[in-house]
Amino acid sequence: MLNPDSVGRTFTGADVVTVTQSEIDAFAGVLGENNVIVAPPTFSIRITLAQSQQLLSDPDVGLDWSRLVHGDQKFQIHRPIVAGDTLRCSSTIENYKVAAGNEIVTVRSDLHSGNELIVSTWSTLVVRS
Amino acid sequence: MIEVGSVIAQKVFWIDRDLLKAYANASGDQNPIHQDEVFAKSVGLPDVIAHGMLTMALVGKFITDWAGGSAPVKEFSGRFVKPVIVPAGAKVDLTVSGTITEVHGDDVRIDIMATSAGVKVLGMSKALVSFSQMSSL
Repeated sequence: MLNPDSVGRTFTGADVVTVTQSEIDAFAGVLGENNVIVAPPTFSIRITLAQSQQLLSDPDVGLDWSRLVHGDQKFQIHRPIVAGDTLRCSSTIENYKVAAGNEIVTVRSDLHSGNELIVSTWSTLVVRS
Repeated sequence: MIEVGSVIAQKVFWIDRDLLKAYANASGDQNPIHQDEVFAKSVGLPDVIAHGMLTMALVGKFITDWAGGSAPVKEFSGRFVKPVIVPAGAKVDLTVSGTITEVHGDDVRIDIMATSAGVKVLGMSKALVSFSQMSSL
C-alpha cells in the first residue's frame, strides 16, 4: 500500500536527459512520420515513464510497480520537445484513493529545461488488488 | 472551414506484433505483456495487448496529420478503457475519428473516438490544438 505521507511530495531527478534527434526519429518512425523536427505529442512518455518509476520506487513511497495498470494519460505541452533539449523530470503523487480494493494513484511528472516548464504529464495508475 | 461539429475524417491504423516491438524499442516500454504471449496469458490477459501509449501515439498521429504537424498540439488526453488485442500473425485495426467541439480564436478542441475490432479502446480522449503557436517554430 502507498504510504499516505507520499501524497503531495515531489521527487526531482538527479539526472538531466539530453534528447537526441535519433530518438525523436525512431519514435516518429514507428508512427510512420519521417523528417520531423519537433517530437510527436506523446514522445515525453519515453522520458517520464522510466524517470517517474525510478523516482517513485523509493521504499518509503510504497508503490508496487509490478502490478500497475495504466488507467489514463494526459499531456500538457507548453512547447514541443526538440533535439538538444536537456530535460529534468520531477514527479509528484497528486492523488491517491482506494476503490474496490484497487489503489488508484495519479502521478504528475513535469519536464523542465532549466527553469522552463516544457511538458506536464498526468498518469493515472491502478494497482490491482 | 474549422467549426464546431465538423468531423475529422476517419483513419485506420494497422497494429501487428512487429509494430509492438518497434514501439517497445522506441518508447523504452519493454513490458512483456506487449510482446510475450505466454507471459500475457499467465497474468490473465486474452493474448498480447498493445501498449496503451502506442494507441495514444497513433491517435496523436491522427491529430498531428490534421493539424499539419506536432507543434500546434498543446493538450492531449485519453483513458484506456479496453486493451487492443494483437494475436500472432494478425493485423488489427485502430480506427480513429474526431469531432471539433470548441473553437476560440486559434484554439480548437477535438473529441476523439478510437476503436479496435469494433470495441472502444480509448475513452474521454480530447486534444487542444492551437494554431497561434505555429509561427514560433
